[in-house]
Amino acid sequence: MYRYDEFDDAFVRDRVSRFRGQVARRIEGALTEEEFKPLRLQNGLYLQLHAYMLRVAIPYGTLNGAQMRQLAAIAERWDRGYGHFTTRQNIQFNWPKLGDVPDMLDRLAEEGMHAIQTSGNCIRNVTADHFAGAAADEVEDPRPTAELLRQWSTDHPEFAFLPRKFKIAVTGSPNDRAVIKSHDIGLRVRRSDAGEIGYEVIIGGGLGRTPMVGQVLRSFLPKADLLPYVEAILRVFNLHGRRDNKYKARLKILVHETGIENVRGEVEAEFARQMTTVGGPKVLPDPAEVERIASYFAPPVFEDLPEGAKRYEIARRADSVLRAWADTNLSEHRQPGYAIATISLKRPGEAPGDASAAQMRVLADLAEAYGHDELRISHEQNVVLPHVRREDLPEIHGILKRHGLATANAGLIGDIIACPGMDYCALATARSIPVAQNIARHFADPKYAQTIGEMRIKISGCINACGHHHVGTIGILGLEKAGRENYQITLGGDHTEAMTIGQRAGPGFDYDEVVPAIERLIEAYLVLREGAEETFLMAFRRLGAAPFKAALYPADDKSRAA
Amino acid sequence: MAHAKQKIISANDLLDGDVVYLDGNGNWTRLIRDAAVAETSDAADALNAAANQPQKVIGPYLIDVALNAAGIPIPNHYRERIRDHGPTVRADLDRRRERIFEA
Repeated sequence: MYRYDEFDDAFVRDRVSRFRGQVARRIEGALTEEEFKPLRLQNGLYLQLHAYMLRVAIPYGTLNGAQMRQLAAIAERWDRGYGHFTTRQNIQFNWPKLGDVPDMLDRLAEEGMHAIQTSGNCIRNVTADHFAGAAADEVEDPRPTAELLRQWSTDHPEFAFLPRKFKIAVTGSPNDRAVIKSHDIGLRVRRSDAGEIGYEVIIGGGLGRTPMVGQVLRSFLPKADLLPYVEAILRVFNLHGRRDNKYKARLKILVHETGIENVRGEVEAEFARQMTTVGGPKVLPDPAEVERIASYFAPPVFEDLPEGAKRYEIARRADSVLRAWADTNLSEHRQPGYAIATISLKRPGEAPGDASAAQMRVLADLAEAYGHDELRISHEQNVVLPHVRREDLPEIHGILKRHGLATANAGLIGDIIACPGMDYCALATARSIPVAQNIARHFADPKYAQTIGEMRIKISGCINACGHHHVGTIGILGLEKAGRENYQITLGGDHTEAMTIGQRAGPGFDYDEVVPAIERLIEAYLVLREGAEETFLMAFRRLGAAPFKAALYPADDKSRAA
Repeated sequence: MAHAKQKIISANDLLDGDVVYLDGNGNWTRLIRDAAVAETSDAADALNAAANQPQKVIGPYLIDVALNAAGIPIPNHYRERIRDHGPTVRADLDRRRERIFEA
């Protein structure tokens, strides 16, 4: 993985030093809150409902054992002993004190971490496929691209005050696990017909109050042209993006209002102008630097192992708990004898994405002992060990079990994405975490969850959609109605390469009515499906919304007649 | 019986971000029971003026409350009740643990 060089280290430490001075001036009274707020946001520090919140960047969701251990130490010393992993592969600390934040940032810098550009109208932390470098279906590891973009976008003076925040995601696989079509720019590494590696460039995706599926801007962009092309997109957005209305300021609105053809024309013209500038495009990176970055993501030295792992297979046959976990939480690795292990942070009753400091240390230990010192954070708020030997899985599973980390529900109904909602977030209109907890508890029986099969429930506590509800198989949006929490349900959303925005089912439900409503949907699906191989989403696509709406709103429920 | 215009002032503490309330002496308290209650619009204006302490708190604003039988102001809106109680998802984060009163 990428290691800071002297430049990176000096840059981050200088930034912390400056912020330390800004915090001191705020506390002394030399800075007003109006002056201080944009400064703290640029350093990842929000004020939430009950306390400050520090959002720490985990670029492309990759970190090593020492970094995870440092996060644990920070959680214990300056927070309340836990952290919350987010849908943008970051971690949030929910209880820092203002005066402590510079010390927290110093500790992060010790391990090559920071909170820069995790907030504000700038290019945010670049995200990537959490199976990068390990997935069997991968064309190329997307992380060198993501790292190149991180270096280019960090403190980029031209793009520090964009009309609105700007999010980029990269995947190296045809099967999109990075939700690239919901980003301002989504990049998919692909090969041209001639076998050359480059990118499909997708723009104008986004969730929030106006969900849009990204559209293809360029079906193939040569790899070397990435930065001037992305810079051209940013310039067009910076020039034409609306600054009169923050709700209309995202790139998706520009694409929607002016049309992809017009935006393409503008971007291509700006790109051509850059490429023909005297002396060449100013952001074309030195190939040696690109090579240097790529070298940090060289795959680990894998052992030459047989496809089958005898010890593991014996243990798997003998231990039904291990077998259930392996069936749901393991994914195919590119290297024979290895697996990708998803460690669920969705134990029934726990807040999705929360991990205690003790659990973080276990994850760090596991990465170092069994996983080539690599961990990933997924946008689904789980942790991934991307490179583990199948032979080691019984030991790994045993350790996970002892620390409440062996929940066998990846991709099942209990694997719920939930934003912090009104339990923490100042923008929320309703709670989301306890809704997720209630659903997970209700469907906690692993056999029932297995029977239901693949299911993506995603919950947002407000229209900003941090919980990705628009692309949940079942999406839940918490709003306020007549002074009470009210939850709208959407159906048929899909977060993959076939991204689909879910359809709103009808009137919302009170807090206590959500679990029964989900149960009715599941019961209907189990009756309607053509077999266990037909997932909820497949059944929904075959049958349409009508039978599911009928289940949600039974005719004898007069109170809910729309 | 609840008065329709009963209001208190809440904000977040500058140093630790804690939810705080303005008391009758112009100081900030973490206990909603000690919050000064305005019964009239003039009294609410006076509270607003007293809350202008940008070196102590961030974003003071008026919230609607009703007094319970013990005379303690209870926010009308669930958002403000959650602010007062702390996150509802972990018992160890419940702010009411720090207090000794019955709502």
